[in-house]
Amino acid sequence: MTISHFGAVLLFSLFTSVVFGITQRSEPRMMIRFGAFCFALFVGGTIAASWAMWLIKH
Amino acid sequence: MTSNVQATARTAQKASTMPATLVLIAGWLIPGAGHFLLRKWIRGSLLFVSIVAMFILGIALKGKVYSPNTSELLDMLNFAGDLGNGLLYGLARLFDLGQGSVQIAVADYGTKFIVVAGLLNIISAVDAHSLATGRKAS
Repeated sequence: MTISHFGAVLLFSLFTSVVFGITQRSEPRMMIRFGAFCFALFVGGTIAASWAMWLIKH
Repeated sequence: MTSNVQATARTAQKASTMPATLVLIAGWLIPGAGHFLLRKWIRGSLLFVSIVAMFILGIALKGKVYSPNTSELLDMLNFAGDLGNGLLYGLARLFDLGQGSVQIAVADYGTKFIVVAGLLNIISAVDAHSLATGRKAS
Protein backbone atom coordinates (compact mmCIF):
# COMPACT_ATOMS: atom_id res chain seq x y z
CA MET A 1 0.00 0.00 0.00
CA THR A 2 1.19 3.48 -0.79
CA ILE A 3 -0.22 6.79 0.32
CA SER A 4 0.47 10.39 -0.58
CA HIS A 5 2.15 12.66 1.94
CA PHE A 6 -0.94 14.83 2.24
CA GLY A 7 -3.17 11.78 2.56
CA ALA A 8 -1.03 10.58 5.44
CA VAL A 9 -1.35 13.99 7.09
CA LEU A 10 -5.13 13.96 6.75
CA LEU A 11 -5.52 10.43 8.12
CA PHE A 12 -3.11 11.02 10.99
CA SER A 13 -4.86 14.28 11.87
CA LEU A 14 -8.32 12.74 11.69
CA PHE A 15 -7.66 9.77 13.94
CA THR A 16 -5.56 11.72 16.42
CA SER A 17 -8.12 14.52 16.64
CA VAL A 18 -10.94 12.06 17.32
CA VAL A 19 -9.03 10.58 20.27
CA PHE A 20 -7.95 13.99 21.57
CA GLY A 21 -11.49 15.34 21.34
CA ILE A 22 -13.01 12.42 23.24
CA THR A 23 -10.37 12.20 25.93
CA GLN A 24 -9.62 15.85 26.61
CA ARG A 25 -13.14 17.23 26.98
CA SER A 26 -16.19 16.14 28.98
CA GLU A 27 -19.16 17.48 27.06
CA PRO A 28 -20.02 16.06 23.60
CA ARG A 29 -20.32 19.52 22.08
CA MET A 30 -16.90 20.53 23.42
CA MET A 31 -15.44 17.22 22.24
CA ILE A 32 -16.47 18.00 18.67
CA ARG A 33 -15.17 21.55 18.91
CA PHE A 34 -11.84 20.50 20.38
CA GLY A 35 -11.47 17.66 17.88
CA ALA A 36 -12.11 20.05 14.99
CA PHE A 37 -9.68 22.53 16.51
CA CYS A 38 -6.96 19.86 16.78
CA PHE A 39 -7.62 18.70 13.21
CA ALA A 40 -7.30 22.25 11.88
CA LEU A 41 -4.10 22.79 13.87
CA PHE A 42 -2.56 19.53 12.67
CA VAL A 43 -3.33 20.14 9.00
CA GLY A 44 -2.73 23.89 9.10
CA GLY A 45 0.51 23.47 11.03
CA THR A 46 1.78 20.90 8.56
CA ILE A 47 0.98 23.11 5.57
CA ALA A 48 2.60 26.10 7.26
CA ALA A 49 5.71 24.09 8.12
CA SER A 50 5.87 22.76 4.57
CA TRP A 51 5.79 26.24 3.09
CA ALA A 52 8.38 27.40 5.64
CA MET A 53 10.73 24.61 4.54
CA TRP A 54 10.12 25.49 0.89
CA LEU A 55 10.97 29.12 1.58
CA ILE A 56 14.12 28.14 3.47
CA LYS A 57 15.23 25.99 0.56
CA HIS A 58 14.53 28.69 -2.03
CA MET B 1 -5.22 25.86 49.82
CA THR B 2 -7.41 23.71 47.61
CA SER B 3 -6.96 23.97 43.89
CA ASN B 4 -9.86 23.74 41.46
CA VAL B 5 -8.65 20.35 40.25
CA GLN B 6 -8.58 18.92 43.77
CA ALA B 7 -11.99 20.35 44.54
CA THR B 8 -13.44 18.93 41.33
CA ALA B 9 -11.93 15.52 42.00
CA ARG B 10 -13.28 15.50 45.53
CA THR B 11 -16.81 16.49 44.57
CA ALA B 12 -17.06 14.32 41.47
CA GLN B 13 -19.19 11.29 42.06
CA LYS B 14 -18.08 7.81 41.25
CA ALA B 15 -19.27 7.16 37.71
CA SER B 16 -19.28 3.38 37.78
CA THR B 17 -19.18 0.38 40.05
CA MET B 18 -16.73 -1.28 37.66
CA PRO B 19 -13.25 -1.68 39.17
CA ALA B 20 -11.12 1.14 37.78
CA THR B 21 -8.09 -1.08 37.32
CA LEU B 22 -10.11 -3.53 35.24
CA VAL B 23 -11.31 -0.66 33.06
CA LEU B 24 -7.74 0.57 32.61
CA ILE B 25 -6.38 -2.85 31.64
CA ALA B 26 -9.32 -3.62 29.32
CA GLY B 27 -8.88 -0.25 27.65
CA TRP B 28 -5.21 -0.98 27.12
CA LEU B 29 -5.70 -4.50 25.77
CA ILE B 30 -8.52 -3.59 23.38
CA PRO B 31 -8.91 0.00 22.17
CA GLY B 32 -12.15 1.49 23.49
CA ALA B 33 -12.94 -1.52 25.70
CA GLY B 34 -12.64 0.60 28.85
CA HIS B 35 -15.34 2.92 27.55
CA PHE B 36 -17.48 -0.06 26.52
CA LEU B 37 -17.33 -1.37 30.10
CA LEU B 38 -18.57 2.03 31.26
CA ARG B 39 -21.38 1.87 28.67
CA LYS B 40 -19.96 4.75 26.67
CA TRP B 41 -20.76 3.00 23.42
CA ILE B 42 -20.28 5.83 20.95
CA ARG B 43 -17.02 7.04 22.47
CA GLY B 44 -15.70 3.51 22.70
CA SER B 45 -16.62 2.81 19.09
CA LEU B 46 -14.96 5.98 17.84
CA LEU B 47 -11.81 5.23 19.84
CA PHE B 48 -11.76 1.63 18.62
CA VAL B 49 -12.16 2.60 14.98
CA SER B 50 -9.60 5.40 15.16
CA ILE B 51 -6.89 3.44 16.94
CA VAL B 52 -7.36 0.15 15.10
CA ALA B 53 -7.51 1.94 11.74
CA MET B 54 -4.31 3.79 12.55
CA PHE B 55 -2.60 0.55 13.56
CA ILE B 56 -3.77 -1.31 10.44
CA LEU B 57 -2.70 1.59 8.22
CA GLY B 58 0.71 1.47 9.85
CA ILE B 59 1.02 -2.23 9.13
CA ALA B 60 -0.28 -1.74 5.55
CA LEU B 61 2.33 0.96 4.97
CA LYS B 62 5.00 -1.60 5.90
CA GLY B 63 5.83 0.13 9.15
CA LYS B 64 8.30 -1.37 11.58
CA VAL B 65 7.04 -3.21 14.67
CA TYR B 66 9.60 -2.83 17.42
CA SER B 67 10.66 -5.68 19.65
CA PRO B 68 12.15 -5.45 23.16
CA ASN B 69 15.69 -4.16 22.88
CA THR B 70 18.33 -2.20 24.68
CA SER B 71 20.29 -1.04 21.65
CA GLU B 72 19.22 2.59 21.19
CA LEU B 73 17.15 4.95 23.29
CA LEU B 74 14.82 5.82 20.39
CA ASP B 75 14.23 2.15 19.66
CA MET B 76 13.33 1.58 23.31
CA LEU B 77 10.92 4.52 23.27
CA ASN B 78 9.33 3.32 20.04
CA PHE B 79 8.92 -0.12 21.57
CA ALA B 80 7.19 1.44 24.57
CA GLY B 81 4.85 3.26 22.17
CA ASP B 82 4.14 0.06 20.25
CA LEU B 83 3.42 -1.75 23.49
CA GLY B 84 0.57 0.69 24.09
CA ASN B 85 -1.41 -1.12 21.40
CA GLY B 86 -2.06 -3.98 23.81
CA LEU B 87 -3.40 -7.08 22.06
CA LEU B 88 -2.87 -5.52 18.65
CA TYR B 89 0.84 -5.47 19.34
CA GLY B 90 0.70 -9.08 20.52
CA LEU B 91 -1.09 -10.09 17.32
CA ALA B 92 1.41 -8.20 15.19
CA ARG B 93 4.28 -10.04 16.87
CA LEU B 94 2.46 -13.37 16.79
CA PHE B 95 1.75 -13.22 13.07
CA ASP B 96 5.03 -11.51 12.26
CA LEU B 97 3.31 -8.43 10.83
CA GLY B 98 5.22 -5.28 10.03
CA GLN B 99 8.78 -5.05 8.84
CA GLY B 100 12.01 -5.66 10.70
CA SER B 101 13.45 -2.50 9.21
CA VAL B 102 12.10 0.36 7.12
CA GLN B 103 12.55 -0.46 3.41
CA ILE B 104 10.71 2.35 1.61
CA ALA B 105 10.26 6.04 2.38
CA VAL B 106 6.53 5.86 3.11
CA ALA B 107 7.12 2.99 5.55
CA ASP B 108 8.47 5.52 8.04
CA TYR B 109 4.96 6.97 8.14
CA GLY B 110 3.68 3.48 8.88
CA THR B 111 6.12 3.12 11.76
CA LYS B 112 4.94 6.40 13.24
CA PHE B 113 1.29 5.44 12.75
CA ILE B 114 1.84 2.27 14.79
CA VAL B 115 3.69 4.08 17.59
CA VAL B 116 1.14 6.90 17.77
CA ALA B 117 -1.75 4.41 17.75
CA GLY B 118 -0.20 2.87 20.86
CA LEU B 119 0.20 6.23 22.56
CA LEU B 120 -3.38 7.21 21.72
CA ASN B 121 -4.57 3.90 23.12
CA ILE B 122 -2.81 4.64 26.40
CA ILE B 123 -4.51 8.06 26.52
CA SER B 124 -7.92 6.48 25.92
CA ALA B 125 -7.32 3.79 28.56
CA VAL B 126 -6.35 6.44 31.10
CA ASP B 127 -9.45 8.44 30.12
CA ALA B 128 -11.62 5.40 30.80
CA HIS B 129 -9.87 4.96 34.16
CA SER B 130 -10.58 8.60 35.02
CA LEU B 131 -14.24 8.10 34.16
CA ALA B 132 -14.39 4.98 36.34
CA THR B 133 -12.85 6.71 39.34
CA GLY B 134 -14.97 9.83 38.90
CA ARG B 135 -11.99 12.10 38.30
CA LYS B 136 -13.52 12.99 34.94
CA ALA B 137 -17.14 14.04 35.24
CA SER B 138 -18.61 12.40 32.13
